[in-house]
Amino acid sequence: MLQLDKINSGYGRAQILRDLSLTVESGEILCLLGRNGAGKTTTMKTIMGLLPLMSGQITLDGQDVGQLPPHEVPRRGIGYVPQGRRLFTGLSVAQNLEIGLRTRKSGQDTLEEVLTLFPRLRERYRQRAETLSGGEQQMLATARALCLRPKVLLLDEPTEGLQPSMIEAIRQVIVQMRATGVAVLLVEQRVDAVLSVADRVAFIENGQGGAVVPAETLRQDHSIVERYIGV
Amino acid sequence: MELGPYLILASLEGAVTAAVLALTAVGLSLVFGVMRVVNIAHGEFFMLGAVIAWWIAHSMGGHPALGFAVALVVAPLVVGAIAVAADMTILKRLDYDPERTIVATIGLLYIIQQLTLMTYGPEARPVEAPFNTRLAIPWFENGENGWQMIWPWGLGTTSYKLAVIGAAMTVLLGVWVLMKRTRIGLVMRATQTDREMALAFGIPVERIYALVFGLGAALAALAAVLIVPIQQAHYLMGGDPLLLSFIVVIIGGLGSLPGTVLAAILIGLSDGIISVFFSPTLAKILATLLVGLVLVFKPGGLTGSSGK
Repeated sequence: MLQLDKINSGYGRAQILRDLSLTVESGEILCLLGRNGAGKTTTMKTIMGLLPLMSGQITLDGQDVGQLPPHEVPRRGIGYVPQGRRLFTGLSVAQNLEIGLRTRKSGQDTLEEVLTLFPRLRERYRQRAETLSGGEQQMLATARALCLRPKVLLLDEPTEGLQPSMIEAIRQVIVQMRATGVAVLLVEQRVDAVLSVADRVAFIENGQGGAVVPAETLRQDHSIVERYIGV
Repeated sequence: MELGPYLILASLEGAVTAAVLALTAVGLSLVFGVMRVVNIAHGEFFMLGAVIAWWIAHSMGGHPALGFAVALVVAPLVVGAIAVAADMTILKRLDYDPERTIVATIGLLYIIQQLTLMTYGPEARPVEAPFNTRLAIPWFENGENGWQMIWPWGLGTTSYKLAVIGAAMTVLLGVWVLMKRTRIGLVMRATQTDREMALAFGIPVERIYALVFGLGAALAALAAVLIVPIQQAHYLMGGDPLLLSFIVVIIGGLGSLPGTVLAAILIGLSDGIISVFFSPTLAKILATLLVGLVLVFKPGGLTGSSGK
């Protein structure tokens, strides 16, 4: 279970997040919804320790992870699929996955599991990461994060710019992860995509937390979505 | 006298320059590639390598090969350790900011240079080569008895110079294996591509940076130990290697190791040949001109894929 308690964070002196609180339970998909610039990506980077935590607390299963040096955060079991994939270019698919495996000293069995989830990556195993198609790159970015057997998975717009079949494949994997008890924090722009997988939706506005509502409620009543993100 | 023997001699001299230059420049390129730090103090690490080599050879006594062998191992280690300390106490505190690290390494340059002047002094001091057999350069001449091999008078090289070329090639091969075939190399390349993602996958980037900065300095120091039996150790000797390394790294493509080695061979050989036939100044002028042309027409360097 990942818990953010009144966190404040930002870039240098520009504060973005103000007293944001969130809880992601194990085995649930929490979707963070908000306008551009609302602080969604900032939230993820702050969890990863890539942006300084000005105040507040981040805990994983009760343990404080907000004060750790950034490279220790993933070692506690937080997998990050960043916006724009950000693969290690110049390295092969195999090497990208190896970096993921090394994070928490995962073994070959983890690699096998991940490759079973994404058979396409097995076919492309020796290819350089940047030669993959957009969808395959997203698969690799997701697979790399799964290689560290995460307790928490952070996904930042994982379906951005992908064709429908790829979106479906990524979605399947996210749902499978939920079934194995992973806490999933998902940032997604497209409301319909959110509502098809999310258990709960947390709204964020100007770096501040808004309502947290069950996805079921939103599926029945769209008006609250429009109030937060407008169309 | 024919041109041939002189060309061979010039190429050999150029190959020695190229070998030492390649080692120094690869160190600079590695630091820039992985850390995005332009290390102006790189030439001083080179100089420190030579001075420490003299100091070791001088205080050891005995057969020159013994002192030299110890220097070959100890000097790069000491210089590497100094660089790691500089990284942790200075560069890390500046958060590896590209501009501030330039100013910081300029400061480091003067500190190292002046400390060396205060302790080692202004003299240029030689280190005896471990072996130095004179080898004449053979040539073929069509004389009275048909083709025969001759040794034109006064043209020769030494076994030590050939050994420098061999040693540099071995070390460069070692660096290549380190980067391409080992886990630590993989981690370095991942850090080079995306520092933030490296952190997000548990790579202790600060430790990698310290290691790379130390390795870069150690390569420069090693190059200096190799050259010091030919050139002598002096507290101002770091300037030329620094300038030439920058030329090589820019021509080869910033952060590209094969490009750096290729450019070092190009610059080293042309420097040797032009220096022998024309003048060393012309060689430097042409090298600098080449940098200008590369920056205008191919900003990413000869091997660079883009002008990014």
